[in-house]
Amino acid sequence: MTRRILASLILVLALLAGAALAKEAAPLAPDEATEQRLIAISSELRCLVCQNESLAGSNAELAYDLRREIREMIKDGKSDAEIRDFLVRRYGDFVLYRPPLKGVTLALWFGPALLLLGGLAGLILYLRRRDKVVKDVPLSVGEQREADRLLKIQGPQQ
Amino acid sequence: MIPELGHFALIVALCVALVQGVLSLAGAHLRRPSWIAVARPAAKAQAVLIVTAFVCLSTAFVQNDFSVLYVTQHSNSLLPLQYRLAAVWGGHEGSLLLWVLMLALWTLAVAVFSKQLPEAMVARVLGVLGLVAAGFLLFILLTSNPFERLLPGAEDGSDLNPLLQDPGLIIHPPMLYMGYVGFSVAYAFAVSALLSGQLDAAWARWSRPWTTAAWCFLTLGIALGSGWAYYTLGWGGWWFWDPVENASFMPWLVGTALLHSLAVTEKRGSFKNWTVLLAIAAFSLSLLGTFLVRSGVLTSVHAFATDPKRGIFILLFLVVVIGTSLALFAWRAPKVGLGGRFGLLSRESLLLTNNVLLVVACASVLLGTLYPMVIDALGAGKLSVGPPYFNSVFAPLMIPALFLMGVAPFARWKQASVAELARTLRWAFLAAATVGVIAPFFFGTWKPLVALSLLLVAWIVLATLLNFVGRVQATRAGGSFVGAAIKQPRSFFAMHVAHLGIAVFVVGVTMVNGYQAEKDVKMEVGDSVTVGGYTLRFNGVHTQQGPNYMAVVGDLDLLKDDRLLRAMNPEKRNYVSSGSPMTEASIDTGLFRDVYVSLGEPIDKARPEDAWAVRVYYKPFVDWIWGGCVLMAFGGLLAITDRRYRRHAAPVEVAALAQKA
Amino acid sequence: MNRFLWPLIGFVVLVVLLAIGLRLDPHDVPSPLVGKQAPMFSLEKVGAPAQNFSPQEMRGKVWLLNVWSTWCVSCRQEHPVLVEMAKNKALTLVGLNYKEVRGDGAFDMDKIAPDAERELALKRAQAWLKTHGDPYTLSALDLDGRVGIDYGVYGVPETYVIDKAGLIRFKQTGPITPDVFSGKILPLVAELSK
Repeated sequence: MTRRILASLILVLALLAGAALAKEAAPLAPDEATEQRLIAISSELRCLVCQNESLAGSNAELAYDLRREIREMIKDGKSDAEIRDFLVRRYGDFVLYRPPLKGVTLALWFGPALLLLGGLAGLILYLRRRDKVVKDVPLSVGEQREADRLLKIQGPQQ
Repeated sequence: MIPELGHFALIVALCVALVQGVLSLAGAHLRRPSWIAVARPAAKAQAVLIVTAFVCLSTAFVQNDFSVLYVTQHSNSLLPLQYRLAAVWGGHEGSLLLWVLMLALWTLAVAVFSKQLPEAMVARVLGVLGLVAAGFLLFILLTSNPFERLLPGAEDGSDLNPLLQDPGLIIHPPMLYMGYVGFSVAYAFAVSALLSGQLDAAWARWSRPWTTAAWCFLTLGIALGSGWAYYTLGWGGWWFWDPVENASFMPWLVGTALLHSLAVTEKRGSFKNWTVLLAIAAFSLSLLGTFLVRSGVLTSVHAFATDPKRGIFILLFLVVVIGTSLALFAWRAPKVGLGGRFGLLSRESLLLTNNVLLVVACASVLLGTLYPMVIDALGAGKLSVGPPYFNSVFAPLMIPALFLMGVAPFARWKQASVAELARTLRWAFLAAATVGVIAPFFFGTWKPLVALSLLLVAWIVLATLLNFVGRVQATRAGGSFVGAAIKQPRSFFAMHVAHLGIAVFVVGVTMVNGYQAEKDVKMEVGDSVTVGGYTLRFNGVHTQQGPNYMAVVGDLDLLKDDRLLRAMNPEKRNYVSSGSPMTEASIDTGLFRDVYVSLGEPIDKARPEDAWAVRVYYKPFVDWIWGGCVLMAFGGLLAITDRRYRRHAAPVEVAALAQKA
Repeated sequence: MNRFLWPLIGFVVLVVLLAIGLRLDPHDVPSPLVGKQAPMFSLEKVGAPAQNFSPQEMRGKVWLLNVWSTWCVSCRQEHPVLVEMAKNKALTLVGLNYKEVRGDGAFDMDKIAPDAERELALKRAQAWLKTHGDPYTLSALDLDGRVGIDYGVYGVPETYVIDKAGLIRFKQTGPITPDVFSGKILPLVAELSK
């Protein structure tokens, strides 16, 4: 019995101590500025081990190692481009989630704009030509017949 | 015995599907009523058979029959019942069976709810659906039989992937597949119309509610998947532009274009070729998605275990299904009439512009998704196309689309005038611009992208209201406003609700991207962390035994202004049978913000009771993302229940159509 | 020309690309280091601690650098092939022991001092080579995996073929199978040795 009281007393004391110790939690990374740059850079990089995760989010061993390397490079004052280059030299363009603009990616980067321009140009040409060809008959004869038939089919159900 | 029964049911279903496909199509072509009459009973028989097969597989899971290979691979005796049922579609073979089940149910629905359609048309539609089903059944039976036995049976199964052991995953795949597969009905209508050569307004009318229904399911399915990713992956992202997500998003984009194009075809008889092409494209993209997920040509999170044989089969199937229909299109399309005349600026041309934007957006997603494979196939190296690319390409395409959403409802059919539109909308635009410029100040920093998005949101909302009020005023004829408002056709509400859904969605995306806050901290007992005005206090961890896992549960208090709101308990689970860890975030959901906590690792592994790495997010308006999707789907539901689709409704619209003729 | 044929034409092109794509492995990442100078390093030898090895010493020779570890399951699977390879005296096989201790999830690295890590790694590597046979001319100890990063190692085992001028000519990611050995590595080494 006394032991139990003693135990609860210790517990209460511990809680009080806990409350007294209450403080703002420390950031996980001591150097927050570095960490933020690390996240910004590594979230646009692909992890090679589990290839569907970014380097920022991956829990693979290699991802930890590479984040450590990037952290050191940031501390050494390397630029973002230099850091990316470091990885590309070792693993190729495959690590970049944002493909670099170069010969083979021209179609990728300019494709959507070209498609849009082509689509809009095609649309305008089509509308112009159509405007000349179409006479002002909203529905063709066939459609008129169809609409009549539709009316007949639905009619008796009233 | 039960698995063999399921297997047998699938074989018989294949035969029935072939009969349904061949006899109905031939009967419709040769005008043989006795053959045509086979279509409906065959569709019903097929549904019964496939439901039987599905029930057989589910039974094997419920009974923990580990002599079935597929059950052994995806279940475990400790797995709770609801997840054992969800495990039926937890792998490649079973999810294909779910595909076929959905197809059978859609086919059944067409067979039952198409009494008012000409018999030959119904036969053609059911015939096309039958052939599609035959292809899938053949695929299952030849390469992916879920009933394959494992002899001798295993002691226990290797468990369902813990990521999939989640309530969201019980309904996400069925919803998504309902959407995917639902486009097969739109496709079947399009192909039947091409086959018969009767590509007309009536066809558009019949096909429209089916397309809308499929689109609703797809919208909800995608939203569920995104919500699931948000709360299970532990870092609060909701869209990753993974190839598999893209595979579901592409049919959605084309499906959305199709809905708008069908409206024009039905109302004005225009764009018939374009509409047919979109209907073929929507289903083709669903099939292409199946290929991408199951053939292993792309690296993706969700890729199923792959087998080259399966890839070859689906590719051949794509060639047959898509190739035949596109060839049919090339043959028939030149003879199709152009429909009514309309001006360069008209409701028609604006809807067509919207179509161009959506299709270009879809093509861009397709380009980005396939680009790594294409470059590799051309021997030009390996590269990755990820979220940064898609975000920078997709968003600019959506800006004009959102702008047009405000304008198009005001544009008249046939001919609209710029001056008139400008006059009607100038105040709405000014007000929207004001909101866009000022609103970001209320949330902290002013950001140009946030301002632009909020401008567009305000623009859509104001234009919608203006359009609604204008229409009600015009039809009220001296009666009360409310009375006139509720008399508006549901399709009118449908459009506006869906458009408001988009606006709500955009608010969510904008606010989360612009103003979310994140903190990664080391928490000892008693420590607290503040994010976005909310404080979390860490009271330690305790362990908890789940049905098939052990969990470390964090005890945190959520406080605002020193007032305790609730306890939050993020978990770190370790699944017994697979040994794989899982993070279960704890989320305090609110209308205007979520507070999201997930547990990282103990700081010192030897003393897990001491301090933990904890990640905390403040996510403003994040639930609007899914709320918007629900609104869109609700809009779709309103459209389907419009009175002109109800069988006993007054033929007002039909009369209107005839009047036009 | 029927303009309605364009969708079909586009689809045919897509199918051809997909068919080619089906035969490729999207997970295989070719190394950009092929054709480049093998990165320099100087690391302690597993068999003769306190002596260092540097690729410089291999100038004028064609050699293979094989990345391995005792905790790596595929390495165990590959090992008999390497032992068989080593019987061919024409080949020089150098091992790079990769993150022997810290790569093994069994250790809490906060509790192990750098010296202890080195001791442990040497002991484990030497014992392993004794039991399973030692195919290597020598093995270098890459404790923290930094050399591995310079070589772009992402999945042990990996093997590099390096020519007389010190250029990397071929990289195998994953275990060497007898097929890869006789079909690719052996002919390449023979050609480079001419």
